[in-house]
Amino acid sequence: MYAKICLIFLFLSRGGAELLFKGVKEHHVTLPTQSEPWDVKQLLVWIQRNLLKERPELFVQGDSVRPGILVLINDADWELMGELDYQLQDQDNIVFISTLHGG
Amino acid sequence: MCQVDEDFQGQLEHTEVPSISKKCVKCKEKTAVVVIRAGDTYCRDCFREYFIHKFRAMLGKNRIIFPGEKVLLAVSGGPSSCSMLSQVQEGLSQNAHKKLRFIPGIVYIDEGAAAGRSVDDRKTAMAQMQTLFEATGFPFHLVPLEQVLDLSPSVLVMAPSPSEQPGSAYKAAVDQFIQSKGHWPPRPQDQDQDQDLDQASLPDIQESHTQLLQQLMSSTKTQTAREELLSMLRQHLLVHTARTKGYSKLMLGDCCSRLAVKLLSSIALGRGAQLAQDTGFSDSRYGDIITVRPMRDYSSKEIVFYNHMFKVPSIFIPGLDTMTADKSSIQRLTESFVTKLQADFPSTVSTIYRTSEKLQTAWKGSCAADVCDTCLLCLCALDTTVENASAFQATLISEQLSQTKPPETSSAINPNLNPVQSNPGSALATTTGQCCSGEGECGKKGGGCCSSPRVPETTDMRSLLCYSCRQTVKDMSSVDHLPAYILLEAQRRNRRSQMREQISEFILDEGV
Repeated sequence: MYAKICLIFLFLSRGGAELLFKGVKEHHVTLPTQSEPWDVKQLLVWIQRNLLKERPELFVQGDSVRPGILVLINDADWELMGELDYQLQDQDNIVFISTLHGG
Repeated sequence: MCQVDEDFQGQLEHTEVPSISKKCVKCKEKTAVVVIRAGDTYCRDCFREYFIHKFRAMLGKNRIIFPGEKVLLAVSGGPSSCSMLSQVQEGLSQNAHKKLRFIPGIVYIDEGAAAGRSVDDRKTAMAQMQTLFEATGFPFHLVPLEQVLDLSPSVLVMAPSPSEQPGSAYKAAVDQFIQSKGHWPPRPQDQDQDQDLDQASLPDIQESHTQLLQQLMSSTKTQTAREELLSMLRQHLLVHTARTKGYSKLMLGDCCSRLAVKLLSSIALGRGAQLAQDTGFSDSRYGDIITVRPMRDYSSKEIVFYNHMFKVPSIFIPGLDTMTADKSSIQRLTESFVTKLQADFPSTVSTIYRTSEKLQTAWKGSCAADVCDTCLLCLCALDTTVENASAFQATLISEQLSQTKPPETSSAINPNLNPVQSNPGSALATTTGQCCSGEGECGKKGGGCCSSPRVPETTDMRSLLCYSCRQTVKDMSSVDHLPAYILLEAQRRNRRSQMREQISEFILDEGV
């Protein structure tokens, strides 16, 4: 019954993660409707499929993001929100920041 | 128990996931926004207080920076060094509780030549950095890495420190310092003069210099050696800038996570003997310039969070190791190992960090400029002068045995020397044969003046380098691409040690 469309803003701010997305730091994204609510795990799969232009192994590792990439959901640590199981709401703000040397 | 494909079937305990409405552990009122270390949740304001306090505590506890001293901040544009810059600004601002009291300057080293970036990219990056620095109001210097080719060999020589003072007599040391050179509060005309000179336009970069640097980088066969070489050149340039512009301390922005990676990769590279200096809070290997690492207590997560939440400007500039694969170099591999381990075991980095805190240098007293028992490139004490039964000797022997026998070049290792003149004073001019006079360039490639066949330069430098620098140089196809100042200093030291050998029987022993 969760048919509403989610609008999410992805900021890949400083740290180099934007290099994997052709240098575009801010993405305004509308996720397609689906029967279950979107969670972060599905969002990652969606990003990998639709936005990630090159070198997926530098962003995603298995189910989750590569260790060393921080995720902020609405300016709070995603660990406090449930990490991969957090269910996305409309107008959510997700930020990915890389803390690594190599990308 | 410890097998490769062990399957734990969920027996590992999971760290308890903090719930959404967790309260801050400090004020216990507001909702937490960030998780630090393993399970400490902080709200926004408490986190800010914690962050700022840690910086002050780090500087205050170590008591190494005197009021009125000129300190050079090395800013690379990355989050850690920009955070350090903002903390310094914060600490010097008028409304700070217990203001910091030193005079900062900023330096940015443009490594675009080594990273293979285009001139336009570099110019854009430089312009961005300039805007960032201008907003702080501190004097700044934008230095392209190409300037490393113009350095003088004195950068490789440890300069005597300005005054020997015991750590406990801090107050006395501060008074002495203030009397000798510092002024606090700083006189307005001193600061204005500095600023006028340094608000210069972006420095121009000579094309030939860039090519020389690129040649140097491409002559190294492995990415590991390239990164080591780059960090060494960068360090030399920083020290040179600090010395020429009159700074007595250098602040680097290495954070805890980076230092943990550096510690492990240093061990892998053979720099175990120099760990304390490479990763400690203060590093006095240059004598007059002391390198300080005030950010070493912050994990990269804390820094990145702070920067994001409090809008600390930083600029990402791709470097030599951006977007490289995991296994491209030892440093990258160590980094990926530590970060992966940290994801599952959040106390990894802090454990490594605590270990590094316990390391101390056993500095063998100040060395006179002539006694060259410091490594040529990294200026740490040589760790290769050990007794015959050491592990180091074992590696040398196995190396010799595993190589094919070279055709009788062993006799060429020591170039033919003229017999020792009875007057040691003129020995310097004549020990290396009739080809040089005074500061001549004997040993330069292609010089047919030496009667011995041309000696491979690598052999000449080996005795001057510590173990890990030897490995780095070994990975270079030709030592001749190294900047002139390194080669000149190597030749000078070789000449001196040869001379010392020859007049050794004339030198009076201390105890006799």
